[in-house]
Amino acid sequence: MANKILVFIEQRDGQIKKSSLEAAKVASDFASKLSGNAEALAIGNDISNLDSLGSYGIGKVTHLKNSDLANYSPSAYTELITKFVNDNGFDILFFGNTSLGKDLAPRLSAQIDAGLAMDCTALNFENGEIIATRPVYAGKALVDLKITSAKKIFSLRPNVFNPGTASGNKAEINLVNAEAPKLNVKVTDIKKAEGKLDVAEADIIVSGGRGLKGPEHFHLVEELANVLGAATGASRAAVDAGWRPHGEQVGQTGKTVSPTLYIALGISGAIQHLAGMRSSKYIIAINKDKDAPIFQVADYGIVGDLFEVVPVLTEEIKKIKS
Amino acid sequence: MKIAVCVSHVPDTAAKINIGSDGKTIDPNGVTYVVNPYDEFAIEEALKTKEKLGGETVAISLGSDANKETLRKALAMGIDNAVLLKDGGYRDSLSVAKALAEEIKAQGAELVFFGKQSVDYDNSAIGQITAELLGYNCISVAVSFALDGNKITCEREIEGGKEIVETTLPALITAQKGLNEPRYASLKGIMAAKKKEIAEKSPAAATNFTEVIAMKRPPSKQAGKILGSDATVVPELVRLLREEAKVI
Ligand SMILES: Cc1cc2nc3c(=O)[nH]c(=O)nc-3n(C[C@H](O)[C@H](O)[C@H](O)COP(=O)(O)OP(=O)(O)OC[C@H]3O[C@@H](n4cnc5c(N)ncnc54)[C@H](O)[C@@H]3O)c2cc1C
Repeated sequence: MANKILVFIEQRDGQIKKSSLEAAKVASDFASKLSGNAEALAIGNDISNLDSLGSYGIGKVTHLKNSDLANYSPSAYTELITKFVNDNGFDILFFGNTSLGKDLAPRLSAQIDAGLAMDCTALNFENGEIIATRPVYAGKALVDLKITSAKKIFSLRPNVFNPGTASGNKAEINLVNAEAPKLNVKVTDIKKAEGKLDVAEADIIVSGGRGLKGPEHFHLVEELANVLGAATGASRAAVDAGWRPHGEQVGQTGKTVSPTLYIALGISGAIQHLAGMRSSKYIIAINKDKDAPIFQVADYGIVGDLFEVVPVLTEEIKKIKS
Repeated sequence: MKIAVCVSHVPDTAAKINIGSDGKTIDPNGVTYVVNPYDEFAIEEALKTKEKLGGETVAISLGSDANKETLRKALAMGIDNAVLLKDGGYRDSLSVAKALAEEIKAQGAELVFFGKQSVDYDNSAIGQITAELLGYNCISVAVSFALDGNKITCEREIEGGKEIVETTLPALITAQKGLNEPRYASLKGIMAAKKKEIAEKSPAAATNFTEVIAMKRPPSKQAGKILGSDATVVPELVRLLREEAKVI
């Protein structure tokens, strides 16, 4: 029996998340390998550009529409997806491992009795089976695992899987008006941190640590982030001191990030910090202590005073960009 | 009201992790184990809720005898009772959740706290699965919690902001850093915890839906290049970022 694969498409404010495009591409790639079929499911009110999923190999996307579903509701989304999966006999599900995916995928695992692989950083196809690789112990080790149950759920770490270039194909949209959903757990409001890019979604991150010496110096971090179009991050020392909000903390008890470029300013590189950022593609460290552990993972380092180096770096990049 | 808190016993976040001889699990030699850091927020919230509304608190942990240390810590912080669901061996998230859900039901707990993630397998899944199995309302990654009569309001951390989420009892909440400041156990609490009995039960046998094939080290990063010690190397750094890394 051929597999029926479903990718869940996450939207915020009616826009498809990039992590869902990554998951869509993975779903359609596995559909060809398993000679199965991959479809997509989106839940929300108005959602833009759903047909663009065709660019990532998806033939058909079902949109369950209801104005009460514009915001996430764990209970309603779980109920709707469970019913959709059961009615249509899907047996492999893909999610992006975002804050929404992390909340939702485990709930589906319970509802449809499916084995679960969260936060996958690689998926390989061996002897007709999907082998998932995922970090454990904050990335200090990796496990390869396979799901042995008939139904399987994979949640994919954002920014790791390459969605490839858009082919320009259009997906067929199957619009379904969803009946009044079960809103036992309901998001009533969203407080956005104004105009800020989140570290978990950024392609470039500039982080500051205790070496900044106080909140009044974080403009150095912000200015460099601005010229790079980057998000600002922080070490726990900077967060615990009250210099930066907790949402910026990178590390084992903060956010795990895999940007293309991570710049660490005045951060020593404690094992808990490295756990959250060591899978970044390029790491730059500026620290005045040549023995700081951050240099063991940095691709390029400057052993020097950040107060001297950072303003020059910001200027130099500004020049190039203009 | 009965309040349950589920706790896991994990390697200290500062621990070096080596792969065990079976090639599938870690080598526990030289590793110190602690209360899962997020579970401390869960314990604190259970205690605060009891202090406000009365009731009884119970800590539940699934694992070997070693987990008693973590349960004692919960008792020392002020939790009333502790249950060890004694089990060695590998269990995946679904299998752990099934055992915990059984015990929560047996305890008759209406409000349950978990840490948002256990820092060993890092799945961020067991709380939500347990809630679904119990048919409880669930809010994950909570950074605030308010209970008013039957109504619960939490703030939940998401990318670039917070969601305000409302629900009702019975409910299961998973705790994120920021929810509260976990208290230290008092000397009196530590002494009292030593005398308390930890109930031992055997959970139903594991029914795993996943199988670990291998555990391995992450690819080691090559030692980087130190470019220099002052701002004169900035142009070289920028050149490398443009030409080699192609990130700007
Ligand atoms: C359970 C637990 C969980 C944790 N989770 C996290 C986590 O999620 N994230 C996290 O980051 N940490 C975490 N930590 C804390 C971690 O152990 C470190 O304490 C923390 O990362 C240190 O932050 P830091 O590098 O900013 O400060 P420090 O270690 O104090 O380093 C400051 C660095 O700045 C450099 N410096 C000072 N002045 C200058 C200057 N003028 N120019 C250049 N460099 C300068 C110094 O050489 C030093 O290397 C956790 C700890 C525990 C126990």
